Amino acid sequence: MHERILIAGFGGQGILFAGKFLVYANLLAGKEVSWLPSYGPEMRGGTANCSVILSDTPIGSPIVDIPDILVVMNLPSLDKFEGATAPGGRIFVDSALITRRVARADVTSVYIPATQLADANGLSGLANMVMLGKVIADCGLCRPEDLPAAMGKVVPERKRALFDKNIQALQVGAAFFG
Amino acid sequence: MTEKVLMKGNEAIAEAAIQAGCRFFFGYPITPQTEVAAYMARRMPKVDGLYLQAESEIAAINMVIGASAAGRRAMTSSSSPGIALKSEGLSYLAGCDLPAVIINIQRGGPGLGGIQPSQADYFHATRGAGHGDFHMIVLAPNSVQEMVDLTHAAFDLADRYRMTAMILADGILGQMMEPVSLSKPDAPDLPPKDWATTGTGGARPHNIINSLFLQPEELERTNFKRYDLYARIETHEARHEAFMLDDAEIVVAAYGACARIAKNAILAARSRGIRAGLLRPVTLWPFPKKAFAAAADTARAFVTVEMSMGQMIEDVELAIRCRRPVALCKRVGGMVPTPEEILSKIEEIAGGVR
Repeated sequence: MHERILIAGFGGQGILFAGKFLVYANLLAGKEVSWLPSYGPEMRGGTANCSVILSDTPIGSPIVDIPDILVVMNLPSLDKFEGATAPGGRIFVDSALITRRVARADVTSVYIPATQLADANGLSGLANMVMLGKVIADCGLCRPEDLPAAMGKVVPERKRALFDKNIQALQVGAAFFG
Repeated sequence: MTEKVLMKGNEAIAEAAIQAGCRFFFGYPITPQTEVAAYMARRMPKVDGLYLQAESEIAAINMVIGASAAGRRAMTSSSSPGIALKSEGLSYLAGCDLPAVIINIQRGGPGLGGIQPSQADYFHATRGAGHGDFHMIVLAPNSVQEMVDLTHAAFDLADRYRMTAMILADGILGQMMEPVSLSKPDAPDLPPKDWATTGTGGARPHNIINSLFLQPEELERTNFKRYDLYARIETHEARHEAFMLDDAEIVVAAYGACARIAKNAILAARSRGIRAGLLRPVTLWPFPKKAFAAAADTARAFVTVEMSMGQMIEDVELAIRCRRPVALCKRVGGMVPTPEEILSKIEEIAGGVR
């Protein structure tokens, strides 16, 4: 396994959180992992992204220039990273927020109306985890038994209600077939 | 080994410093190192330590001088423009023979520059950290784990040799998260700080911490003595990592984040039949000269990969006495070299030496 993943969207959509969760779930499975956020002024109301690498072998560069898996939650991110995606890679699009289709023919494109699904399930603000649930299910990125434990690492005990909702959001995403 | 947790490099440095017994942190915010200060602000009160946000970088380094003179482990952190402001204090620390740990999470320059990663402070750290003849021990981590391990080492080295140890990292290493083991280091055998200004209690003569020597003979003597110490450090403390180096025809020299990116390029070069390897300085001062000299016996060419216009390349050329060609692969201003760029430089050189 050596997956180069880029998750991108607006600041405030939980882009960095989703990446952190994914990394923790793989750390628990004994994988080599790295997480690198974009930082600086672009985060403040602008675009945010994070590079995540999951691997069976030690990780060299933590920077994802050529993603095998691209997860986008706004149009500027699709515009910016579509061309960089590896041939044969996968692009996951929040189709509730991005109306255009992926132009590349040499990648697998998956459209999930994640923001809409989150709202419809009483999970407003958790479209990030709906997206991630679908990504994990389609790409086989985590062992199911690691998900609750990983959530425990990223959601503090005092925010127990958020724990359940995040797990639920992952399930909503995993169950979506579009 | 303790359980591995995910931490940002900046946070890992802060926790490691606390583990090493640092109880005095003086900071001033600047991207991309602010998490060091934020972590210290949260943690120091819980371990009976002091976190103080100074009114400026210059104030912070002078507070480090004060705490160190009193015999306590003290640290400050900043990023490139802020480190430049601390230069006066770095020289005074050297002139007073005081231990201190300084963190530089480099960003692009000169001037205010930008906030994205850089390695353009190599000359500052290894050559010109301040006025006068002096060195700092400069440690260059390339993972979050090394942010911890080398911070532990920095405090011990600083105390052992009564000098400044700097962690020279960059925005990538400061911001990235990786699994890290925070096992506590064994308490090393270090000389007592019988020079510290802790109050005599009427029981001993005054200890005086001072860098002013108006008699040139005396000032020359202190410089000579300090450089005798530096010579011992050069003999004993140089560290490096070798990766696929044994049979390497092309030796890539890189430190910090660039060394990680270079590993990708080296693996790609190997898959194309080019015998490339990595020689990564872990200490930038003392520079691992012997390792480079040995590599020059078997390598045909070197390439340094730097986020600078070419600074470490001078140390590589000096260490190998220019016996082999040394090429430069660079990005600057916050731009980061890609594995593909490094690979094409390796291929270009491999083609040239065949």
